[in-house]
Amino acid sequence: MTSVQLAVASGQSGQMSRQMGDNHRRFLQTMMSIGIVDDHGAKALYQHCCETHNVQCPPDRLDDFIETINSKLQPLFMQIRKGMSEDNGQEHYALVNMAQTDVTRMSSDYADNELELFKKTLELIVGSENGTVSSTDILNSTDSMTTKKLKKSETEHLLSRLVHDKWLNETKGEYTLSTRCIIEMEPYIRTMYQDQVSVCHICHTIVFQCQICENPICGIKIHNPCVARYFKGRAEPRCPACNDFWPHEIPEIRRPRSQSRR
Amino acid sequence: MTNRKRLSSTQTPSQSRDEDDDPTFTQPSTSQVQRGLERLSTAQVDQRAAEVVQYILMKDQKKVPVRRTDLVKHVVKDYRNIYPEIMKRAARSFDQVFGLKLVEIDTKNHMYILINKLEYTEAASSISSPTNPKRALLFVILSVVFMKGGVVRENLIWNTLKKLRVDPGEKHEEFGDVKKLVTDEFVRQRYLEYVRIPHTEPIEYEFHWGQRADAEVSRAKILQFMGQLHEQDPQSWTQQYREAHSSPSSAQPSTSSQR
Repeated sequence: MTSVQLAVASGQSGQMSRQMGDNHRRFLQTMMSIGIVDDHGAKALYQHCCETHNVQCPPDRLDDFIETINSKLQPLFMQIRKGMSEDNGQEHYALVNMAQTDVTRMSSDYADNELELFKKTLELIVGSENGTVSSTDILNSTDSMTTKKLKKSETEHLLSRLVHDKWLNETKGEYTLSTRCIIEMEPYIRTMYQDQVSVCHICHTIVFQCQICENPICGIKIHNPCVARYFKGRAEPRCPACNDFWPHEIPEIRRPRSQSRR
Repeated sequence: MTNRKRLSSTQTPSQSRDEDDDPTFTQPSTSQVQRGLERLSTAQVDQRAAEVVQYILMKDQKKVPVRRTDLVKHVVKDYRNIYPEIMKRAARSFDQVFGLKLVEIDTKNHMYILINKLEYTEAASSISSPTNPKRALLFVILSVVFMKGGVVRENLIWNTLKKLRVDPGEKHEEFGDVKKLVTDEFVRQRYLEYVRIPHTEPIEYEFHWGQRADAEVSRAKILQFMGQLHEQDPQSWTQQYREAHSSPSSAQPSTSSQR
């Protein structure tokens, strides 16, 4: 290494203001093994990591703490990113791989034909009105596979693995994208499905499970938890965009159990 | 998705065994590395080192050692002439960002693993619980092997596990196929070695500590645990106590990649 390059290399680590300690490293290691954590879990973990290494942890500094980790992770094309659960509106933190934000990210765990089916599922969900797809529709989509076709039992097994690995959620045979999947794949979904992707009118992030304004020339989408928050306490709900009557049932603001994880 | 495949495109979930893919790779000399570096920008080198970090992290999630041939073939590629510099930077990232140590466990076949530099804590692992029961099982086996002087016939392990109601002949609700977990998964992860005893009829096997266990698991901790279990002073096992405390190298890998 020449002396000039040495100087450059050492200059990079010269920003002492944001040094990582073992408390940050332990937090990151845990994130690597769990992938995603809700905000309660993140706070508990932050506290645990700081206590283990005898570092002070002001309760309101979690985001600063994560920012320090991110400043060192970004050159490695990784990031801890924040996002909201579409089910209960709870904030989550996910460790994201930015070098591959598409489905190849999963290629170490899934075979090519399994990835193809996951992509088809993703397409069906993005193309659906409210971000859900039935297991029947997924099973039917195996007919058009170009790689080795998956049998019914294999598809069912794959779907349960995808749920287990926190890429999909399932309730009563209906599949939705998990919080982790949305946080991680948002950039990919936005580029791949530009024309089909919608953004929540309230929080402006990408939206799948939602309520839709029934005025055909409006048709804005709002996340269910955003609906709950926005219309809370309003006597007559009206669309925030076109002012038409909002005909849907307004969900309750769900108070997530403090220990819930997904 | 095809045009963005970068790190792992040719890796199928099942490990590909392509031993002789890259017989020509030889470690470049210092002057070769220097000449190579002069032609590249720092950003280029850092980028490739970052890809190496990602590749090794991905492999490490399954605790599978990374082979240098695979690393060169899938990631380092045309930068192989500056391979040592790339590895040096990757090792630095593992150390400074992740609290992990990149270690070459097999200097002949050039295999790398990541060793955790942070001490294992119960609370953090309860947040990431999936690996926890397996770790307990592994700890029991390592303890038995260590207390018996480093080598143990497999029957002794199976009988010990049976006493703990983990029967290798039955499907366990937590571990599934116990025998497979112990003789395949733990062996692949380099926590255990499962070696055939020569000249036995019928064929018999014995267990040793694997290289990852040597590097990651503290013998002193195990002895302390045994002391608590038997309400006995750890020092009363004189030989084990000496082994656990004499050589700091027993908890250190013999070779490090950080040259």
